[in-house]
Amino acid sequence: MPVYRLIDEFSSDVYKVFEYVDSIYDRIERVEGKVRAFITIIPKEQVYNYVENLIKNYGSKNLPKLFGVMIGVKDNISTKGIRTTCGSRMLESYIPPYDATVIEKLKNTGVIIHGKTNMDEFAMGSTTETSAFYPTKNPWDLNRVPGGSSGGSGAALAAGEASIALGSDTGGSIRNPAAYTMVYGLKPTYGLVSRYGLIAYASSMDQIGPMARNTTDLALLLTVISGNDPRDSTSLPISTTNYIESLNEQLHKEPRLRIGILRELFEGSDDSVRTVAYGCIDKLCSYHECTDISMPYTREAVAAYYIIAMAEASSNLSRYDGIRYGLKVPVEGRSWVDVYTEVRTRGFGYEVKKRVALGAYVLSMGYRDMYYIRALRFRRMLKENIDTIFNKVDVVASPTMPIPPPKLGEFFEDPLKIYLADVSTVIANLTGYPAISVPAGFWNGLPVGLQLMSKPLSESMLLYLSAQLEEMTKLRDLIAEV
Amino acid sequence: MKVLIGLEIHIQLTSLASKLFCSTHSNYREGNPNTYVCPVCLGLPGTLPVVNRKAIEYAIAVAKALNCEISDRVVFVRKHYFYPDLPKNYQISQYDGPGFTPIARNGYIKIFSNGRTKFIRIRRINIEEDPGKIHYIGGIEEAQYSLVDYNRSGIPLLEIVTEPDIDSPKEARIFLDKLIAILEYLGAVDTALEGSFRVDANISIEGYGRVEIKNIGSIKDVEKALMYEIVRQKRIVEQGGTIARETRHWDERKGITVPLRAKEFEEDYRYFPDPDLPPIRISNEVVNRILSRLPELPDQRIERFIMQYNLDEYRATVLVLNKWLADFFEEGTKIYSNYKRLADVLITDFLRWVKELSLDVKKLSVKPHDIVKLLELLDRGVLSIKMVKELMPQVIRGEIDIDEYIRAMGYTRIDDEQYLEQIALETVRENPKAVEDALRNPKAINFLIGAIMKKTGGRADPQKTRDILMKILNSRRM
Repeated sequence: MPVYRLIDEFSSDVYKVFEYVDSIYDRIERVEGKVRAFITIIPKEQVYNYVENLIKNYGSKNLPKLFGVMIGVKDNISTKGIRTTCGSRMLESYIPPYDATVIEKLKNTGVIIHGKTNMDEFAMGSTTETSAFYPTKNPWDLNRVPGGSSGGSGAALAAGEASIALGSDTGGSIRNPAAYTMVYGLKPTYGLVSRYGLIAYASSMDQIGPMARNTTDLALLLTVISGNDPRDSTSLPISTTNYIESLNEQLHKEPRLRIGILRELFEGSDDSVRTVAYGCIDKLCSYHECTDISMPYTREAVAAYYIIAMAEASSNLSRYDGIRYGLKVPVEGRSWVDVYTEVRTRGFGYEVKKRVALGAYVLSMGYRDMYYIRALRFRRMLKENIDTIFNKVDVVASPTMPIPPPKLGEFFEDPLKIYLADVSTVIANLTGYPAISVPAGFWNGLPVGLQLMSKPLSESMLLYLSAQLEEMTKLRDLIAEV
Repeated sequence: MKVLIGLEIHIQLTSLASKLFCSTHSNYREGNPNTYVCPVCLGLPGTLPVVNRKAIEYAIAVAKALNCEISDRVVFVRKHYFYPDLPKNYQISQYDGPGFTPIARNGYIKIFSNGRTKFIRIRRINIEEDPGKIHYIGGIEEAQYSLVDYNRSGIPLLEIVTEPDIDSPKEARIFLDKLIAILEYLGAVDTALEGSFRVDANISIEGYGRVEIKNIGSIKDVEKALMYEIVRQKRIVEQGGTIARETRHWDERKGITVPLRAKEFEEDYRYFPDPDLPPIRISNEVVNRILSRLPELPDQRIERFIMQYNLDEYRATVLVLNKWLADFFEEGTKIYSNYKRLADVLITDFLRWVKELSLDVKKLSVKPHDIVKLLELLDRGVLSIKMVKELMPQVIRGEIDIDEYIRAMGYTRIDDEQYLEQIALETVRENPKAVEDALRNPKAINFLIGAIMKKTGGRADPQKTRDILMKILNSRRM
C-alpha cells in the first residue's frame, strides 16, 4: 500500500499500524533469505515498543505526519544506537552516538526505522556486490544485481520489505538501483538535503535522497528530509518546500515543458534499454515539446567523476585507523604504524583499497595536475556546457543505465564495463544538478529506468514529469514475486 | 658565519569560547582527558565541520596588527598525514600555492634590536585546527605505551610564519616578545596557558642545510635552543662537515637538540580544498569593521607614552611590551605626576620582584595607589630610596599596609632634633681628628655625617643632621 494511503489509514485507526508492522515482518521472513536487502534488521518487539511509545507520547489523535511508516535506511546514514556499517568490516560493530540530520527529521515525523539496508562498501560500487557481508539479489531476477550502491534500499522496496527508503547518490547510487529494481529514486540538488551524518564517500558529490514505489511517496519523503541545516556548510540557504503541494500544483497547471533527448546516451545503450526508454520518451513527447540534444565528452565525464571521487575518498577514508572506533586489532607491543596497517588491510575490501590508492595517487605531487586538477577543470567546463543546454530545454532525458541489470559476478569479470555504465548518472553529480530515475518498463522481465535531469532546485518539475509518466505507464507500487 | 633564523609560531586563540569547527567548549584544560569532545572534533564518520566565524575575525585582526595583506576569501584545505593525535588523519588547514590562499600574507613586525629599528617580515598567517595530544607514559623515549587525549583536537590555531630575517637568538627573543605583546593587546591569546604558544624554529648557517627545531614551548627555550644549535652547527662547519637537512627536537631538560628524523625530501601532504567547507568571502566591510575595532597596539602606545609622559623610547618600550605593567603605569599617572620616577620604579624594582617571586600578574593584589604612596613618602623624605627598595617585595605581595608598617617598624626618618643632637655630640666626641678637619675644611663635614648615618642605620634626616653638626662646629669655633 502506498505511504500516502497508509497515513490516512493510521490516522483513522492508530492500531492498524500493528497489522502493517506484522505484514512487513512476515514479508521479510519470507523473502529476505533470498534477497538479502538488509545488513541490520531491528527485532519486531523493539519496533512494537517504539510504536507504543509514540502513541503514548503523542496521544492517538496527535500523531506526527508519517507515523508508523516503515523505512529502510541505507547503512551509510548514521543512526544513533543502531549500528551503521557502511557495508564494511571496518565498521562492522560501529554504533553511532548521534543521528544524521535526516534521521532526526524522520524521527520527528514518527517513521519506523526497521532496518539498515545493504550497500556497496563505503558506497563504492554500482552492484551492491562490494558489500563486505553479502551481495543483495535483484528481487525481479535473483541471478542479477539490484544495482548500487543503494542496492539494499531498492531491493527492499521491490521485495516489499519496506514502504519507503533512503539512499545516497554520489555517481548514480540512488538512480541506478532505482532503475534496476523498478522504483522511483531522486538525487536532489547538491545541498538540498543535509549530509550531516552521511558517511562520506566523495563529499563534493554525495547527496542523500528518497526512494519509493510511487512519485507521491517520493515527494512525501523529500519534503521531510530536505531543507537547510546549519551543521552542513554545503547545505543551501533555502526555506523548506512542501513537494506534495508543489507537485499537485504542477499537475493542476500541467505545463508543457521542453525535453531534450540526449542522443549519445540512447545510442550508446543496449538495444533492450534503448527500445524501452524510447517507448517511454514517446509517451512524454506526446504532450511535451521534445528536441534532440547532444553532449560531447560523456565518456570523459566518467573519467573525471572517478578521479574526483577517488581523490576525495582517499581523504575521507583516512580516518579509519581503529583507534577511536571501528575494527580493533591487538596493539600490545606494536607501533601505531603497524596497527594502522593491519586495521586498514583487514578492514577495507579490494574495491575500497583500489579507490583509496588511486585517489592518493591522483592527489600526489607530480600527478595532481595531470589528473585531479584536470578533472576539476573538466568539471567546470561540463557545467558550463550543461548550462547552455538548459538555456534551450527544461529537462534532459536519457536511459538511467545503458545496460540491463548485470548478472551477479559480472562486475568482477569486467569492472571497466560496469564503471562506464555510470555514464549518464555521473553528470548530475559532477554538476550538482537534480535527477530522477523513473520506471520505464520491463524488457524480458528486467526493469529499465528513464532518467530526467534538470536545473538546480527544480525537483518539483522532475516530480511532476515522474507523476505524469507514472500515470501513463501505471508502473507504480510494484512488488516482485521473489 | 651568517646565521639565518625563521620562525613558525603556533598560537591558540584562547579567548574563543568554542572550537574551530564545532561548538565544543575550548577551555579544555579544565577537563579530564577526552571530556571536551563531540562527534565532530572526534572525526566520527559522517560528521561535518562548520567554521567558527569569530576565529576568522580574530585571524583578520591579528593579520592587520602584523601589517599583512588580507586574502579576499578563506579557503580551507586538507593536509594529510597519519598520526594518532589527528582524528581524521588529515588536518583542516590552509595552504599557500596555486589555487589556494592563506588568510593573510606579506606583513612585518617592527623590532628594536642591536641599537636599531629592524623589520622582520611575516610570510603568511594560516588558520588551522590543533590536533589532540599524545601522552607518552614515562617520557617520549622510555614510554612502553602512549595515550591520546582529544580535548585539544579542533582548538583554533594561528600559524604565523616569518621570513628568515632574524640573525641571532637574542633577536628571536626580541621578536617573540613583540609578537606576544601584540597578540595580548588584541586579546587573542593568553600565553600563560600551557601549550597556547609553540614555536618551530628554522635555522641555518648561510650556505648550509636548514635544520628545523620542532615544538619549543617558551620564548626562553627558543633562545636557548637556537644558541645550542648555532654552536653545534658552527662546530660541524668549522670541522669541515656538512649539515644535514633534518628535524630536531628540543630537550628542555637536558638543554640540547636531538635528531627526530632526516628530511631528505618534502613530505607530500596531498593538499586539496576541503569539500566540506566552501570558501568564505571576506568583504572590505568586514575588514573595515574589524579594523575600526582594533585596540591601541604596542607601537602606537609606545609612541603615545613618549609624547604624553615624556619618557624615552627604552622606558616606554619596556612598559608597553608588558601590557599589564603599562596599564598599571597609566593607572598610576592619574594620581602621580613624576612619570619618569614611576616608570623607573616599575621597570626596575617592581618588575624584577614580580619576576623573581614568579607571581601571576593577573592575580596581583598590589594597586598603583600602593606604589604611588611609596613614591610620595620618598618624595616627602619620609622614606629613603633604600627603604623603598626593601619594602617593594612585601608591597607587591600585598602583605603590608604601608602606613601602619612604617609606624610599627619605626621605619621613619629620624628627625627628632634633640635625639639627633645627642648622637651628633657623641660622634663629635669620638672623632676629634675629624672635627679638626671639618673646622678647617667645610667639605670634611661629610665624614661626620657618614658616621652619624652609620649609627642610625641610615635613618637620620640628612639635612637636619647637617644643620645640627654645623651648629656644634660653629660653637667650637667661638
